[in-house]
Amino acid sequence: MSTLSPNGHLIEMRDLVKIYKVGSEQVHALRGLNMAIGSNEYLAIMGPSGSGKSTLMNLIGCLDTPTSGDYYLAGENVARLSDGRLAEIRNQRIGFVFQTFNLLPRATALHNVELPLIYAGLKASVRHRRAKEALAVVGLEDRMHHRPNELSGGQRQRVAIARAIVTNPSIILADEPTGNLDTKTGAEIMKIFDQIYGAGNTIVLVTHEEDIARHTGRIVRLRDGQIESDEMRRA
Amino acid sequence: MRFVTDLGEGLRIAFRALRASRMRAVLTTLGIVIGVTTVLLMITIILGLNKAVAGQFSFLGTNTLYVSRWSWFDDNWRAMLKRPVVKVELAERIREESQLAEAVSPWGDTERSVANRSNRLTRVRVMGVSEDYLVTNSIKLDLGRFISEDDVSHNRQVAVIGNGISEKLFDRVGPLDQRIDVGGHKFRVVGLNAKMGRFFGQDMDDFVLIPITAFTKRFARTGDVDIVVKAATAEQLGDLEWELRGIMRRLRKLGPLDPDDFGINSQSMIMNIYRQVTGSIYAGGIIIAFISLLVGGIGIMNIMLVSVTERTSEIGLRKALGARRWMVAWQFLLESAAICALGGIIGVVLAFAGSKVMNNFIPTSMPLWVVGFGVGFAALVGIFFGLYPSMKAARLSPIEALRQE
Ligand SMILES: Nc1ncnc2c1ncn2[C@@H]1O[C@H](COP(=O)(O)OP(=O)(O)OP(=O)(O)O)[C@@H](O)[C@H]1O
Ligand SMILES: [Mg+2]
Repeated sequence: MSTLSPNGHLIEMRDLVKIYKVGSEQVHALRGLNMAIGSNEYLAIMGPSGSGKSTLMNLIGCLDTPTSGDYYLAGENVARLSDGRLAEIRNQRIGFVFQTFNLLPRATALHNVELPLIYAGLKASVRHRRAKEALAVVGLEDRMHHRPNELSGGQRQRVAIARAIVTNPSIILADEPTGNLDTKTGAEIMKIFDQIYGAGNTIVLVTHEEDIARHTGRIVRLRDGQIESDEMRRA
Repeated sequence: MRFVTDLGEGLRIAFRALRASRMRAVLTTLGIVIGVTTVLLMITIILGLNKAVAGQFSFLGTNTLYVSRWSWFDDNWRAMLKRPVVKVELAERIREESQLAEAVSPWGDTERSVANRSNRLTRVRVMGVSEDYLVTNSIKLDLGRFISEDDVSHNRQVAVIGNGISEKLFDRVGPLDQRIDVGGHKFRVVGLNAKMGRFFGQDMDDFVLIPITAFTKRFARTGDVDIVVKAATAEQLGDLEWELRGIMRRLRKLGPLDPDDFGINSQSMIMNIYRQVTGSIYAGGIIIAFISLLVGGIGIMNIMLVSVTERTSEIGLRKALGARRWMVAWQFLLESAAICALGGIIGVVLAFAGSKVMNNFIPTSMPLWVVGFGVGFAALVGIFFGLYPSMKAARLSPIEALRQE
């Protein structure tokens, strides 16, 4: 078990509890979790199905608020912020990569990557430039006018990664990013993550595969809504 | 600035989504189309009627009262039958006694056949007038002269004809000095009236004016005519009516308790009837429009609710990427407004075509503001009925939305 770091970390979670109410039943998805994540960390969250990995990711990504506990993101306690402020934080600080890619099916790759910049209120010319740069990072600048159904699964996930990095977020969250891809394509995607990490980004990803987790510098294992182990690795 | 880019982006998003479900959008806009078409046709017709009525009241003369045996909108015929007739000579008495009358002319009205050697027109409006009718009814001539005092006093068989009569009887030669047969009597054409146009599908140019003396001699044996009295201004009409009533009661030697044995009629009576007619057109149109817009609106609400459900994961994604609630609401509101505005545009086109067709029967008029009104109103319906689905979309929690497949 790692010790909880004092202030100064990018992310700090204290006694984080998440309880879902399903009818009259309560599901304890997270049971008092303490964890810190530093800047430019590369971290994998592992654990059996139902252990609370996605729940934790949703909290880190400000998609949801904890039932109790504190969550500091870049010094700000976001555990009890309003909906609107959370949307702003998601837009500015978080980059999401989903297992199912979640691209707008009828929009081009370029438009998909521009989407977060639209919500940031940027001018079209700035959006174009930055979206193209992000697509270049994932090696898809020649596909920017293609729609998702004209792209392979691996290419779609690369568009999604471009969308996640286009806002220069504080942290990139990827929930089983290779879950829908074959091993070879998954390895290609991981190469891109490695490269983004190398450029100074902070990445948290959820995976079931040790091969994937091996790319990271730290593996946190969850069981039953609690941290079972938290090991730093030599890269 | 921020708002403008958001608006433009929102519209682009809305139209992108619209293009993807074209068929559904077209189907559900039908109600909007019908509603807008109805409203616009109604406005178009009434504006056209108003314009035409204003123009065509000159037939009755502006600021005129008609002193008659009959009260126009009284249906107590038996009582009125007992009234004495209004004779031509009464015009002279009124002219002498009235301070407010600007001009006074006797006026008789009948339908007769009119013919020349080659053509015969049946049921033509034939009116007997004096030279003062030129003033009371603001007559304008294209050719020749109007009926003169001499024509009246010498009982001459002369006529001023409407443009339609001239076109039908004298398509080659000029009408002046031509002989026509009016109800079996020979008349000489001395003047041609300026064109008046159509009103309620009726040609207003099919009429013949002859001297009142010839008229009573040939066509009104009882000598029953009307007296047209013109006031200087519209404001004086009320005073003139009181004055005429006083004069008539004196001439007829009526006691203080006797009812009038004459009628003083005005255009305002016709105007009232006209308002009732247009009022019922409005009422009917508004009911039809309301129902079809309601149907269309509910259709839109439905399509938007389906759209929200189908795009739940899209909404979740947009929220995850930082879309605020109002941005999501805005997107769906704009989409709803855009679909309806599309229906509005179709409605405008249909109404325009419809007004062209209807112009053959009744006058119509479609100014530009009506077009804007139609499209804008449809968009408002879209916004109103889009409110609930938009709020529903805006309130979706991002994780719930993202969990949807
Ligand atoms: N929205 C929800 N409502 C009710 N219960 C939920 C909800 N989301 C998650 N849970 C429950 O919380 C627990 C943790 O779920 P979570 O999705 O975080 O697991 P996970 O580790 O991501 O699993 P997997 O590897 O299958 O994705 C599970 O028991 C799950 O059923
Ligand atoms: Mg999960």
